[in-house]
Amino acid sequence: MTSRLTRRQRRRVWQAIQYAVFVAVLVLVVVLADWDRLANQFAQPDLAARLFPDIITIALRNTVVYTFSGFLFGLVLGLVVAMMRLSSVTPYRWVAGVYIELFRGLPALLIFIFVGVAVPLAFPGAEIPGGIYGKVALGLGLVAAAYMAETIRAGIQAVPKGQMEAARSLGFSHARAMASVIIPQAFRIVIPPLTNELVLLFKDSSLVLFLGVTLEQRELTKFGRDLASETANSTPILVAGLCYLLVTVPLSFVVRRLEARADKAT
Amino acid sequence: MPQQTPPADATPADATPAGRPEIEIRDLHKSFGDNHVLRGIDLDVAPGEVVCVIGPSGSGKSTLLRCVNLLEEPSRGTVHVGGTELTDPDVDIDAVRRRIGMVFQQFNLFPHVDVTGNLTLPQRRVLGRDKARAAEVARENLDRVGLADKAGAFPAQLSGGQQQRVAIARALSMGPEVMLFDEPTSALDPELVGEVLSVMRLLAGEGMTMMVVTHEMSFAREVADRVVFMDGGVIVEQGPAAQVITRPAHERTRNFLDRILDPAAVEPPVGEDPGPTRQPEG
Ligand SMILES: Nc1ncnc2c1ncn2[C@@H]1O[C@H](COP(=O)(O)OP(=O)(O)O)[C@@H](O)[C@H]1O
Ligand SMILES: [Mg+2]
Repeated sequence: MTSRLTRRQRRRVWQAIQYAVFVAVLVLVVVLADWDRLANQFAQPDLAARLFPDIITIALRNTVVYTFSGFLFGLVLGLVVAMMRLSSVTPYRWVAGVYIELFRGLPALLIFIFVGVAVPLAFPGAEIPGGIYGKVALGLGLVAAAYMAETIRAGIQAVPKGQMEAARSLGFSHARAMASVIIPQAFRIVIPPLTNELVLLFKDSSLVLFLGVTLEQRELTKFGRDLASETANSTPILVAGLCYLLVTVPLSFVVRRLEARADKAT
Repeated sequence: MPQQTPPADATPADATPAGRPEIEIRDLHKSFGDNHVLRGIDLDVAPGEVVCVIGPSGSGKSTLLRCVNLLEEPSRGTVHVGGTELTDPDVDIDAVRRRIGMVFQQFNLFPHVDVTGNLTLPQRRVLGRDKARAAEVARENLDRVGLADKAGAFPAQLSGGQQQRVAIARALSMGPEVMLFDEPTSALDPELVGEVLSVMRLLAGEGMTMMVVTHEMSFAREVADRVVFMDGGVIVEQGPAAQVITRPAHERTRNFLDRILDPAAVEPPVGEDPGPTRQPEG
């Protein structure tokens, strides 16, 4: 019977089915969910109000600090790994390749536990500089570097070959040409994907709670969880979630703008 | 040259002894895998001489030029520039390359810095000149190519002809003894070719030693002291421009010239618009 329908008719039928499924799911959620209990558990205005200003001045602030320290460490390490990946020295390429596969293949949580437990064991007495901030930068940075290395490598390879040749013909050494000509151009190419990585790190910073933090060192997730158990109500979790979105949604918007601009430029 | 900065390892007194060629190429071979591209090139370029290299696409002209500043490593043979043997494994190639300017078909300006930055970045990073001195040299050379007013522009804001002139000024800012040009006008719209050739004519007039790969026969005839015709990785014939272009001795040269001087006879190779090369009779 469907074979009798024209293509246009078939498309209409298919669209109607999609709308029907959408409406059905919406109705089910609205009807079946216990909205009173949800509101009671997650949206207590007076409880939410009590979270301020600490959730901003301590929790959100720490989240931002953790994210940036991890991002900076990851960026430097990622650049080094990318250069090793592109090196003409085979063992460097090999080490970089193993590093990338290893740290992209492991859950970030495992790496945090590793940083929290194995590093102090392996180097007894040696404190990671910066205390908790150093540990977070290390944990987040180790993960981020693996992704950033691949991004940066692709960015470097996207710079036209003529740029290196022009620089070499002017007397730049390979290293100097990389530093003053190739990498600055590669970074423009990789700003959108690196900003994306920043968004991912912002969320991954929640793993800090596995490192053991003091009250003053709590970030959004730990803060939300702690207050939720103190008050036996989940409103703090919801507010913490909104705080994440406050940062991630505008950042994602910026990424899309940067990508659109990069597309236009090429 | 307004600024000559001989690198520390060069002894200017005997760099180019009287009578010694500025560029000396002996038995040069270059293979890419099985592809034997240069098959024994011998070529001298005297100080102040302008040599134009012509020949069909794929004959090895670019490879030859790139061997002269070691962007390609020769498979066999020697190359001397200004008395320094480039092919010596112990040579400081970065120091030698400072003395050899290269201009590419695709300009290869640095897009992330403005015109002044393109000229000052290499001077500062490679020659260690301070900012003020580098800017001064940049101004002089932009003036020379007639683009003083574009100092603050970015490469993407310039026409192809302007970009190529900036590229020439950038090379000149390093104070080279030799300039290599690899089809400098082939990527340009026909109406922009003239401005680049004028700059090159000016340089030739100032006594710069130049090796120019080009399809611009009128330029070769007017400016070149010598024209070298290459085909299949060898030099087929060479001599004064008038002789090679108007009275070629070899069949292969004649065929090539027939094709290039009469664009209607054959489709021009991609990216090589021979428009303005058409010669009036005589
Ligand atoms: N980097 C390279 N790798 C492999 N083959 C190359 C490379 N550069 C040039 N060739 C080959 O060498 C030959 C000569 O090229 P080229 O010197 O660019 O010729 P021309 O400049 O006269 O057109 C061509 O067959 C080309 O494919
Ligand atoms: Mg070529």
